[in-house]
Amino acid sequence: MVSVPQPSAGSSKNPIRWLMLNRSTWLYPLLGIGGFLLVWQISASLNLTRLPGPLSLWTNERTRELLLYPFYDRGGLDKGLFWQTMASLGRVAQGYLLAALVGISAGITVGLSPALNRAFDPLFQFLRMVAPLAWVPIALVIFQKNQPAAIFVIFITAIWPILINTAEGVRQIPQDYRNVALVLQMSKGRFFTKVLIPSALPYIFTGLRISIGLAWLAIIAAEIVMSGIVGIGFFIWDSYQQNYLSDIILAVLWIGAVGLLLDRAMAWLQSRLTPGQ
Amino acid sequence: MATMLQPPAADLLTPPGDAFLRFENVSKVYPTPTGPYTVLDGIDMAVNQGEFMCVIGHSGCGKSTLLNMVSGFSTPSSGQVVLHGNAITKPGPDRMVVFQGYALLPWFSAYDNVYLAIDSVKPDLPAVEKKEITREHLAMVGLTEAADKKINQLSGGMKQRVAIARALAIRPEVLILDEPFGALDAITKEELQEELLTIWNTQKCTVLMITHDIDEALFLADRLVMMTNGPAAKIGEIMEINFPRPRNREEIMEDPIYYDMRNQALDFLYSRFAHDDTE
Ligand SMILES: Nc1ncnc2c1ncn2[C@@H]1O[C@H](COP(=O)(O)OP(=O)(O)O)[C@@H](O)[C@H]1O
Ligand SMILES: [Mg+2]
Repeated sequence: MVSVPQPSAGSSKNPIRWLMLNRSTWLYPLLGIGGFLLVWQISASLNLTRLPGPLSLWTNERTRELLLYPFYDRGGLDKGLFWQTMASLGRVAQGYLLAALVGISAGITVGLSPALNRAFDPLFQFLRMVAPLAWVPIALVIFQKNQPAAIFVIFITAIWPILINTAEGVRQIPQDYRNVALVLQMSKGRFFTKVLIPSALPYIFTGLRISIGLAWLAIIAAEIVMSGIVGIGFFIWDSYQQNYLSDIILAVLWIGAVGLLLDRAMAWLQSRLTPGQ
Repeated sequence: MATMLQPPAADLLTPPGDAFLRFENVSKVYPTPTGPYTVLDGIDMAVNQGEFMCVIGHSGCGKSTLLNMVSGFSTPSSGQVVLHGNAITKPGPDRMVVFQGYALLPWFSAYDNVYLAIDSVKPDLPAVEKKEITREHLAMVGLTEAADKKINQLSGGMKQRVAIARALAIRPEVLILDEPFGALDAITKEELQEELLTIWNTQKCTVLMITHDIDEALFLADRLVMMTNGPAAKIGEIMEINFPRPRNREEIMEDPIYYDMRNQALDFLYSRFAHDDTE
């Protein structure tokens, strides 16, 4: 039997009609954000706060340049916000990948051994609570250089959720699955790829998703204290030092947007790789 | 029809001799916070090769514990379980289990679940043969159409079929089933009982199966082991079920001996060893 697609309320061809029918999905967020910006702009215009209002992104000439030309590059630290963001993302990628690699391997090892788990879990739980900013001086002392120190701060911030969730995922492998592996006398490698990893994957992804957000938060913290590097975090600190307040607002917009994109990307990857679990 | 009732306990004391599978004075004691708890006490039993054995008894009496010592997930506190003259010490593919919760891997299809079992047990077999065996066993339980479905897309009855196909595909000598059909509706249950008998007829492996259903046991088994209540449960009685095979459900139910046996089992479970709910 062939079914003819019927036009339904949600998928009308006419865009205006579509907007009208789905207004609850866009109208409320629009009202919320618009109201927030309005209150902010008014309080800035009335000089209730020194923070410039959202209109300053356009009215301030230097900020408008930054807004309109994110790709300019005049060498040194004088780069557009796209390049500043990319430099930070590069550091996040390195620290995060390292954290994923070490976190998943260590998590599996700890998850498979009740003794190791009992030995190290309190330590992990403790280190997990240390804020990214607190790692910065330690990282600088260890590495003496800005770049590796920044990557280390990412790494050490991002690793705990990955490690703890992976270990939990391995511990949660149902006894039934382990018993199947025992009866079939599965080799270690086969158990690993056919049972352990698929079973623990949803937990691993939970850790990876929490950590990508943390890693992005940490890079800002790390760069703010490290002078003289290209990066969105140091850009904010530099703007503050020079009292370019509207530049800070623009940079914060970039940070929020990138963080949101990273989280969405991980969620998408998660839904692709762990279907129906 | 040449069926007969064995007097109680007639089989208990047959010398195990060189039977295929033997329980030799097997006891199981669990340590508990309130002291050692004896689940099974001095079990002696011999199972012949190719025999279909059902085990019945009240919940908690130690049926799973008994069969776990055959699969090797549990070892006797004293005595031993001997297969082919060797004491069983650990699980192995010669004693395959159909697990109570199916224990199928949900990230694989029905086909992949069966294939993985064969591939794990006989990695050196050519891939064509492994595929052939997989298809053949899925066909035996009527799952050719659903072979590529993920486990979560299957009904309870279909899951149990996959579990049975997987168990038999590795050609075990002993097949162990722990209340396999308890969660299924009556019609699916009867279908699966018949499929199980058909496959068992072609493969002739030894079957040990726990059940709560006397009619199921009378339809399937060569012998029915009835266990006394725990703690320290023993084998109370072993009933010979001599209906000729292949069996027809309607036919055997017309046999007057069917009701004698049924009543004898009911009497055992609900009069002589009625469950004490106050314990
Ligand atoms: N690991 C264990 N530790 C302590 N007691 C146990 C353990 N496993 C089973 N038991 C006890 O042994 C008895 C028999 O259990 P089981 O063999 O599962 O019974 P059945 O399968 O006949 O319902 C029960 O009373 C149960 O509580
Ligand atoms: Mg049981």
